[in-house]
Amino acid sequence: MTGWLDALIQGVLLGGLYALFAAGLSLIFGVMRLVNLAHGDLIVLAAFAVLVVAGKLGLDPFVAVLIALPILFVIGFALQYVLLNRTLGRDLLPPLLVTFGLSIIIQNGLLQIFSADSQRLRSGAIETASVSLGGGIAVGVVPLLTLLSAISVIVLLNLIFYRTPIGRAFRATSDDLEVAQLMGIDIRRIFALAMGLAFVVITIAALYLGLRANFDPTIGPARLLYAFEAVIIGGLGSFWGTLAGGLVLGLAQTIGAHIDPEWQILAGHLAFLVVLVLRPRGLFPRAQD
Amino acid sequence: MMDHAAAKPTQAFRIETAGRAPRAAAVAAIVSLLALVLLPVVVGRNLIQDLIFLFYMLALAQCWNLLAGYAGLISVGQQAFVGLGGYLLFALTLLGGINPLLAIPIAGVVSALFALPTALIVFRLRGAYFAIGTWVVAEVYRLVFAQFKPLGGGTGTSLTPSVTSSVPGIEWVKTLLDLRTPAARDIISYWAALALMAATLAFVYGVLRSRRGLALGAIRDHEAAAAGLGVDIYRIKLAVYVATAAMTGMIGALIYLQKARISPDAAFSVLDWTAYVMFIVVIGGIGTMEGPIIGAIIFYLMQRYFADFGASYLVLLGALGILVMLFAPRGIWGLVSERHGLTLFPTRRRLIIHAQDSKRS
Repeated sequence: MTGWLDALIQGVLLGGLYALFAAGLSLIFGVMRLVNLAHGDLIVLAAFAVLVVAGKLGLDPFVAVLIALPILFVIGFALQYVLLNRTLGRDLLPPLLVTFGLSIIIQNGLLQIFSADSQRLRSGAIETASVSLGGGIAVGVVPLLTLLSAISVIVLLNLIFYRTPIGRAFRATSDDLEVAQLMGIDIRRIFALAMGLAFVVITIAALYLGLRANFDPTIGPARLLYAFEAVIIGGLGSFWGTLAGGLVLGLAQTIGAHIDPEWQILAGHLAFLVVLVLRPRGLFPRAQD
Repeated sequence: MMDHAAAKPTQAFRIETAGRAPRAAAVAAIVSLLALVLLPVVVGRNLIQDLIFLFYMLALAQCWNLLAGYAGLISVGQQAFVGLGGYLLFALTLLGGINPLLAIPIAGVVSALFALPTALIVFRLRGAYFAIGTWVVAEVYRLVFAQFKPLGGGTGTSLTPSVTSSVPGIEWVKTLLDLRTPAARDIISYWAALALMAATLAFVYGVLRSRRGLALGAIRDHEAAAAGLGVDIYRIKLAVYVATAAMTGMIGALIYLQKARISPDAAFSVLDWTAYVMFIVVIGGIGTMEGPIIGAIIFYLMQRYFADFGASYLVLLGALGILVMLFAPRGIWGLVSERHGLTLFPTRRRLIIHAQDSKRS
């Protein structure tokens, strides 16, 4: 029984990581209806960025991430402003194809620079520290921090979206592009800001990706699929839904792994397909799209 | 406009697709097909193997073009059916003892049977979400086959020599051309690949020339307008999805008959069976039949001369795809046909109005 309870707790904690992966994707889709096939690879790219900053300056990853954040914000802003804004329109293919091309470029570029070796962010004692919950169950400090960060990110995104002028502009462009433009909103800049913000979330996700497990340049696409599944399970257009979607996915994977370790990933995918069949608009839908 | 038309009641018109140039192209197609059939008599084994690769990539590209270029179903998960076809061939021949050439069409039928329930799930997702949904499904297929121990589980398995040499016609080719078994096997695979490629072209061409093709062209140009004109979008998309899954499954079966070794990671590779295929279609020109042919030839040449550069070659490929999408979204064929009004596969309908009536009235 303890085994199952432990699996459930670990599942919720893993779900925190998936919610972090998904929050960036959810944000980009919410504002500009862009489905970014390079999302997973961008997470891996950010993890390498943190690794390099931490390595070169001899910093702890938690400090290095503070330096990486503004850099990645600028990269995200520029990527949207220079490249991705050109792909948006009625036609679905250009954004899909350009982000897919980007995914291949990032993956192979990282392979070229860093080789296929596994990497890890090192942060000393905190990596192995754990908190005992009694009854033989202990939770790692890093997984716990991941979940808390995911919740904080969701709270902050909600605050930005519903309590600030820039959030109002985000919602306006999301609701009606033409009218937002008529009201004097520069959508190119708004989209670029949204991508910059998404890159901030991506970098936070990357920190925990690198602290919790090994990573290498090829693991991006799988993270994209987890992020996507969390967004769809939760329902489009709601950040809290995305958090719930991440938790459902994390639970499904750890329950699957508890039955047979080889079934972890498959169980997550199957949970996603089941939700798609039973509740095609997700568990907490909001957007009408 | 109404009065104008009523004043000339005898005005005649007809709808034409094939002009004179395409008729010449049809003759050229038959001649080049014959030449390709006889090619193994004169050229070496390396070129034959290269052409097998070119043919199946072209066939896959035509299928994906029909899906994405016409039906608006941008799938990133066609590797599901390549891998499924490959695994079906292995299961049918190794476990079922069925003749490999017979196993290919069976793999196609079974792929279609798998595609139907798959479609019912992924069709719940729209547009870009459909794309990632198909990718998830392909991952599910990969993980399930990785659990299938009789075919080697995660590490995969190989065809036994008794299977690979049981392909009909090998003995005949061996004695006719005085070759050893592996070379003769390549020639049979070459003919099978040529036949599948030609069949795919004929199938896509036939579909596009039919009433359904008109509906597909309408969906490509404007989906909402097509629905407004009475096109049953869901049904036609479902039909295209299932039909291309069957073709893709057969191509997958053939690919893995030729490779004689399968593993889940290779058979369900998104890079090999979807990314490259997308690249071919987009570079050549999406939404045309000529585009994928040009794209496949370009891809074959790049693969041949640059693939050794590994990761940087893929970076180049990705960058080229992005540049074409941004600056020439209709691909190379789009640029050519825009300038010269050229078509090899006439699928576009033209309204021809006769001016005879003006004399009479």
